[in-house]
Order: sequence, then C-alpha cells, then structure tokens
Amino acid sequence: MIDFVIGHYGYWFVIALLTIGLWGMLAKKNLVKKLIGMNIFQASVIMFYIASTTKWNATVPIIDPAVGSADATHYINPLPHTLMLTAIVVSVATTGVAFALLIMIYRRFKTLDEPTLLERMK
Amino acid sequence: MRLFRLLTVLSFGALLLYAASGLPDRGDPDAPPHRVRSIAGSLGAAAYYIQHAQSDANTPNIVTVILADYRSYDTLGEATVIFTAGIICFLLLKRQKV
Amino acid sequence: MTLGSDSPIIVLTARMLAPFIQLFALYVVSHGHYSPGGGFQGGAMFAASVVLMRLVAGSAVGQVQFKSLWAVPLAVFGMFVYAGAGLLSMAMGGHYLDYDFLPMTWLDYPARHSFGILIVEAGVALGVTATMILLYDALIEGRADD
Repeated sequence: MIDFVIGHYGYWFVIALLTIGLWGMLAKKNLVKKLIGMNIFQASVIMFYIASTTKWNATVPIIDPAVGSADATHYINPLPHTLMLTAIVVSVATTGVAFALLIMIYRRFKTLDEPTLLERMK
Repeated sequence: MRLFRLLTVLSFGALLLYAASGLPDRGDPDAPPHRVRSIAGSLGAAAYYIQHAQSDANTPNIVTVILADYRSYDTLGEATVIFTAGIICFLLLKRQKV
Repeated sequence: MTLGSDSPIIVLTARMLAPFIQLFALYVVSHGHYSPGGGFQGGAMFAASVVLMRLVAGSAVGQVQFKSLWAVPLAVFGMFVYAGAGLLSMAMGGHYLDYDFLPMTWLDYPARHSFGILIVEAGVALGVTATMILLYDALIEGRADD
C-alpha cells in the first residue's frame, strides 16, 4: 500500500490541478478566467508527462562522460521532455491567439462577461 | 446548473484517479515507456535515443538531439505553428486604416 | 502604445540588465548541445529582453532597439533557415532534414549532424524571438483607444 502511494501521489496532484483547470473552464463566467483555466489545464498535462519520465537513481538526460551511455537506466526518459518542450511553445501560441480573439471580442461587444456577451450577441 | 458542473468535474476527476491507479509506479526503471525492449522484442524508443544520441550526433544533450535530429519534422511543424499564431495575431489586431 | 516608467531607477536598471539578458540568451542557444537550452528557450529569453525595454522605456524608445516592422521578416527568415537546412540536404541527394548530406565534407558523420542541429536551433531561435515580439506588439497595439 505504501509503495502504491509513493508511486502514484505525483499523478494525484496532477489530477487535482487538472480538475481545477477544468472547473475554471466550465464554471467561470469571465472569458479571461476561462483562458487562465485552460492554461492551468495545459500546465497539468505538461506536469503529468514530466512526472512520468522519472527513474529512481537516474540523472538528467545529458550524457555524462564519466557514466557513459550504454545503460539506459542511468538517465531519465528524454522523449516526453522533448514533446513537452514543443507543447509549451504551442501553449504560448494558443494563449496569444486566444488573447487576440478576446481583444477583438472586447472591441466589438465592450464586455468579456459571458451572459452579457450572449445577451448582446442576439 | 452549478451543481451539474461540479458533478461533471468531480466525476471526471474520479475517473482520472481510477485510471491513474493503472499507471506504472513513478520512478520504476522497468516501466513500459523506459524499457530497452518490449515483450515482443521491438526496440524501445527512449532507450534507443539514450544509447545512440552521443554516437549519432556528437551531442551530449539527448533532448536537443531528439528535438532537432530524430524528430526534426515534429519541430518543423512546431515552429510553423508558432509562426502561424504570430502572423494571425498580427493580422487580427493590425490597426485598420479608416 | 505604452508610455514607459517615470522612475529613473527602473529605467537605468533595465538598461543595464538588457544586454546581459541578450548575452545569456545567445549562450543558451549556442550551448544547447551541452547543457539545458536550445532555440526555443534562447529565443524566448532574447524576446524577453526586447519586451523589457518596451515595457520600461515605452514603445517609442523600444522601436530604436527593435522595430516592429522587422518582426515579420525575421520570423520568415527563421523559418527559412530551418526549412532551408532540410532543402539543402535534399539538394545534396539525401532525404529532407537528413543532416548526413549537408555539404560539409571535412566533418565526419556525427559532427555533420551536430552542425545541422546548430543550424536548426538558430533558425528556431530567430523564429521564436520574432514571433514573441510580434505577439507582444500585436497585443499592445491600440491600447489607448479602448
């Protein structure tokens, strides 16, 4: 049981963060707060991938000449690091486009509150 | 309505907690993503990258080698995505000539 | 258009800090083979130094350092460097982005790959720098009339 908790508590924290982000996207009325919720959601997914790369007694994926590269258990898994490096960039890009769209919405309707926005869009 | 949203989020979290119990232990060196060969005998990608990055590209940083050499198509698409996002922001928010 | 800060201490600190941020960004890009770093991170840091000057000294002074008009051509140039490395190796008889066929015959096989990675990282750094500045300029434009 204690081994199960030690092996899985990192995932539980990530799931807590993910539900917080989902709650922000679903329940908040302000569009900027929805965007912040989406960013929390993305950060939790990135943290999940990074958490799954860990190996006990392993080091960062930069080859140390003293250790060598023959034994793969000496380095943590580098593949999710690469994928998440690009995912962070996509997160920046989506946030930028989302802010641009929010600015356009605000210029047209003069509000970012969702019920008011739905009223004015009729 | 608020209760419905709360139930949706909580049931989603409970489903994820149930699914997380099936994941391999964090830090286990023999977990399926980390192993050198799978049960069927095919090579594991991550272990292959660790063992061959230095000899293939003369670069100790394995993440850089994967980013720009093994998966460079992926990075090309990624750079295109951020470039497109910048251009879209520029075109959306450009001050219109009246 | 932002006006910038009135405090001389903030302006002086940012002016002293910005060149070192740029130098460290270049270090992060060029040392990405041996330590954590690379094109995305170094480009974001370089853009951070430019955005810092725009925030502190105002958009008008920031134009002296990096004109807003340069951002789109620089982003296109960064993408062209990346795609050009692939097209160059394709023109020399290999596959797209196959650094083995880059026309540096005096280098051995792994060193050619290392050189190709450096070219690609430089292209990514240029593209990310220009895109971040482009995003900032686009989002900050027209703030006064809202």
